[in-house]
Amino acid sequence: MTSKLSTIEIATLILLALASVAILAVPQFAGLSLQLDLSIIFVYAILALSMGFMWGQVGMMSFGQTVFFGIGGYSYAIFALNTGDTTTAMLLAVLLPMIVAALLGYFIIYGGINDIYFAVITMVATIALEKAVRATSDPRIKIGDVKLQGQNGISALPDLKVPWNPSETLFVTEVYYLIFIAMLLVTAGYSLLLRARIGRVLVGIRENEQRVALLGYDPRRYKLLIFIISGGVAGLAGGLYAVWGNFVAPEMMNLNSSASVVINVLVGGKASLLGPLVGTGIVQSLTSWLGSAGVGQVNLVLGLILIAAVQIFPQGVVPMISAICKWCLGHLASVAQPSRRTSTSMTGEKQ
Amino acid sequence: MYDAIIFLYQVVFSISLFILISTGLAVIFGMMKVINLAQGEFIMLGAYFALLGEVMGLPFILSALLAMIGVGLFGVLVERLLIRFLYGRLTDTLLATWGLSLLMIGAVTTFLGPQVAGVSVETGRIAVGELYSVSVYNLYIILVAFAALASCWALWRYTRFGMIARAVMANPGMTSALGVDCHKYYMLTFGIGSALSGLAGAMLAPIVGTQPTMGGLYVAQAFVSVITGGELPFLGTLLAGGLFGTTNGVLSYAYSQVIGEIGVFLIAIVLLRFLPHGMTSQKGRAQ
Repeated sequence: MTSKLSTIEIATLILLALASVAILAVPQFAGLSLQLDLSIIFVYAILALSMGFMWGQVGMMSFGQTVFFGIGGYSYAIFALNTGDTTTAMLLAVLLPMIVAALLGYFIIYGGINDIYFAVITMVATIALEKAVRATSDPRIKIGDVKLQGQNGISALPDLKVPWNPSETLFVTEVYYLIFIAMLLVTAGYSLLLRARIGRVLVGIRENEQRVALLGYDPRRYKLLIFIISGGVAGLAGGLYAVWGNFVAPEMMNLNSSASVVINVLVGGKASLLGPLVGTGIVQSLTSWLGSAGVGQVNLVLGLILIAAVQIFPQGVVPMISAICKWCLGHLASVAQPSRRTSTSMTGEKQ
Repeated sequence: MYDAIIFLYQVVFSISLFILISTGLAVIFGMMKVINLAQGEFIMLGAYFALLGEVMGLPFILSALLAMIGVGLFGVLVERLLIRFLYGRLTDTLLATWGLSLLMIGAVTTFLGPQVAGVSVETGRIAVGELYSVSVYNLYIILVAFAALASCWALWRYTRFGMIARAVMANPGMTSALGVDCHKYYMLTFGIGSALSGLAGAMLAPIVGTQPTMGGLYVAQAFVSVITGGELPFLGTLLAGGLFGTTNGVLSYAYSQVIGEIGVFLIAIVLLRFLPHGMTSQKGRAQ
């Protein structure tokens, strides 16, 4: 099943390994604020991955992944505050969004809502949920002992505890490592999924849903399955967000957050799994830098990026970089062995 | 007795709000198949034009007219600068208009500030029985909503412009082969849809005030109405507005406004499960 890795894939892996080493070494020389900044980028990268996988590999435009992000965050917050048990809270942050994804996904996917309508309906779902959470400012509204507090959100959440030793809590640096490893695991998981049989079916659905159905697969089942899985991943991101900031608020699910997920994926490029990660890195660093530089309205900048991305580089940054790398490698190869040049250029068209 | 009248009035008012918000999108999305996520911000812009009219000392009716014309022209500009390059590319249209929506929110917040401003209209109230009274302004809203939808329908159904516009949307290649300048009709249709949103914004301003982020509230309702409305945009908007307005009105009356809004969303999801092409789908009908 596994084919031989191409030069470009080996180069990517080496670069990724180097990047991982650099990221793991960050706490050795950088202060807590950089670790916090990077942690939140990783959280958003997980969220972007959950959306980018469905969009790029399966062709499902779920523009409401923030629904599951928010539910994940709130699940962690409410359960951890009620019981103090943060391990179960984190599990719930993955599980509850999966249940919601199953319900919502059943109606949307089995109703045959596709493409653009899928995007709009999921987006409306996130608006509806945000409104619902915002409306809980009445102090009588609580789950267990926890007041939901509407648009103020829930703050002072407990830190994550070590599962086998609840008396010990994780601090900034440990949370940083945890979130980074979670991001790596999610990426690896998606990439394994893609290489497995089910991944082939998913890509088949993207290419031609009817043909996949004629081959005997029920596309709706596979779409619902990946919607549930990605819901869980987005929920995990939400739980990690709650751990990162000790805070959840309805802003997690508003239109701006769901827009920024889409922008992250779009800027990086949705064709590969690397795209959402790189895109999140670029866009989040840019917006936080602009925020601190006092540009004021980040919306303005996000809007411009989104329009520019659509009109100028709809494929995203990663395919652009890899095209440049491929071109350079092709030149190097042709200098070394002039006869190989035609064969690389013929097999080079993968996107 | 008076309870029943007030209840009925609430439901009709709620229906007309849905229709008012959705008519612009019924033109732009229903007719042209342009996913305009900035529709809510067009409404916001309309509200700000109404505010501008008030600051300039215009009577409200002229402010509303100003909003219609202003947002209509803005829509034409957007069509020329952005949408025109994206016909047929649904996803890209969605993303670009989302960008436009963020851009407009950012721009209005930067230049006019994030605060809520009110627009006041003096119309008085009509007493219903001894306990209740109804604002005359809300009756105007009901009137304007139904009038806007009806005149839109009439424009598309009975005029030469409407006929050619429908032909352009149905088959641009064939229509342009007959000597019609399709670009003009796309531009004008988009402008009309925008103007209707501007009108909606101006009419809403005295009830909800103006705020840069107000559009997000309406874009969801508008899309839910137009999508569940289905293939016949105006009849669909009327039906969907009727259903959702009633749901929203009844639930808001009985519980709270938020429950009403969530109820609308849930009903829409369940409805689309069984009628994926909307309430006015022509699929499955005998040809």
